Amino acid sequence: MTSKRDKQVLGQKLLAAFRDAGAVEIAPDILLPAESLLDLYGEDIRARAYVTADPIRGEMMLRPDFTVPVVQAHMENGAEPARYCYLGEVFRKQDMGDTRPENPRDNEYLQAGFELFSREASADAEIFALFHRLLPPYGVRSETGDMGLLRDAVRGLPLPDPRRDALLHHIWRPVRFQRLLARFSTPAMARDFPVTRASWAGLRSESEMVTRIARLRADAATAPLPAIWSERLDRLFAVRGPAPEALAALRELVSDWPGIAPAVERIETRFAAIADAGIDPAQVVFDASHGRTTMEYYDGFTFSFLAGHPDWPPLATGGRYDALTAVLGKGRAIPAVGGIIRPGLLAELEAT
Amino acid sequence: MIRLGVPSKGRLMEQTFDWFADRGVRLSRSGSDREYAGRVDGADGLSLVLLSAGEIPRELRAGRIELGVTGTDLVREKLAGWRSDIVEIAGMGFGHADLILAVPECWRDCETLDDLSSIARDFRAAHGFRLRIATKYHRLVRAWLAHHEIADYQLVDSQGATEGTVANQTAEAIADITSSGETLRANNLKILSEEPILRSQATLFASRAAMGPEMDRFLSQLGMAA
Repeated sequence: MTSKRDKQVLGQKLLAAFRDAGAVEIAPDILLPAESLLDLYGEDIRARAYVTADPIRGEMMLRPDFTVPVVQAHMENGAEPARYCYLGEVFRKQDMGDTRPENPRDNEYLQAGFELFSREASADAEIFALFHRLLPPYGVRSETGDMGLLRDAVRGLPLPDPRRDALLHHIWRPVRFQRLLARFSTPAMARDFPVTRASWAGLRSESEMVTRIARLRADAATAPLPAIWSERLDRLFAVRGPAPEALAALRELVSDWPGIAPAVERIETRFAAIADAGIDPAQVVFDASHGRTTMEYYDGFTFSFLAGHPDWPPLATGGRYDALTAVLGKGRAIPAVGGIIRPGLLAELEAT
Repeated sequence: MIRLGVPSKGRLMEQTFDWFADRGVRLSRSGSDREYAGRVDGADGLSLVLLSAGEIPRELRAGRIELGVTGTDLVREKLAGWRSDIVEIAGMGFGHADLILAVPECWRDCETLDDLSSIARDFRAAHGFRLRIATKYHRLVRAWLAHHEIADYQLVDSQGATEGTVANQTAEAIADITSSGETLRANNLKILSEEPILRSQATLFASRAAMGPEMDRFLSQLGMAA
């Protein structure tokens, strides 16, 4: 067991390296207003974060991650480009299912993070190269993805807007996405909306229902999505391998799917920049599905660094979250990319 | 000594007493109706503890009772990781109730969970907040909705009169226990045509730590193996 103090020392070293990389240190509160976090993450966060009550401030949450408070601080008074770093605890509870795990995960642990708000396209490679340099050269592998690629792929499907928007909305939820795709790929069934005698009740208005029924009726006339497209989507989601091989597979898909060409080009440019930083792209995995099961706010480049231990969470994770800044910035938006390292895991890794 | 926790009032208590009586163990409340002390005839080394049904899961886990009768819903909702501490001995065949999700009956476009998923998305876009589902079964409902990858909703706590929350506009849908569905219909709510979130019934549970020869003897007297 590595002591908390040793983890803290390692965290300070990472923080110093982030400062050397041009970041300003910030120290967000530990107790955060629950409302904006709940609105953003939904019930998933309530299952994982410690929620407590303040008689005056209302529902508060023990910091489940740093991204939201850092973005809020930047949107309030930051100038661009801006680089921020931080070190501190995050708190996550584990809501086990029917059986208590033998080794419960840590419910409080350190995160050392770096966030970059910049309009430069090179920001992705900058973060990745920085993390790569700070993590041990052996026994750690890196995996990357790109949610922008998947979003462009869905936008490029020959579908009417309502169907396309529904798929885009659920891109982070593979089961729901697959159900929708299966439904759109078979002939639509006309549906009955039997009249009831019940009087209207609740906040959802009758006109909202009428709008949806009209949409469903129009949808019933839509031709099914040709099977070739779900096959292509399956092929795309399955692209995984060392970056040069994965990129070759993506280029093959582009000829049938021109909508993904710009995204594939972006990924190529990113890996060229990563190579310029002295990292061999053949040592970096590109997995097209990488970002799909992560936090919903990542909408572009995503990455994680993994140790060899199968039951460990990643040593480091991060990605691009442009849309999040728009949501929290109340109309203002700024491209942003960032990530965290878990000094505790790193300390354990170095101790073994 | 085996301490048996039984719901302290109402039909659940009477049916529990009948269930044990059918198996040769006579349980009764000693003294007046207001007194929560119990009496046992027909079983050695068994004492009766009368408790609120909602407290029985907690008392089992804490080891203050060795056996307890309560609903599967309460154990699963209140005890995370319950299987590590508690053994399900037998369903008792009464106290049946389903944990279900219900929406306003006037929603002609909502029959399935897929509909609810799509309505929640529209609702959030139109109203600026997530569709509210009122319940007291937070863990069970959240886990079930997460399993089905429903987004755009939030749970709001309702410890009673949950069926009224839709009319009061404090929730758009509810998740609650129902046996006949009558209260739902009276409040103009309809159940989604999905399998229930949970089918619950009164169940005899034992504390895992209390399993052993003494417990085996008593359970075989009841005609069941541990």
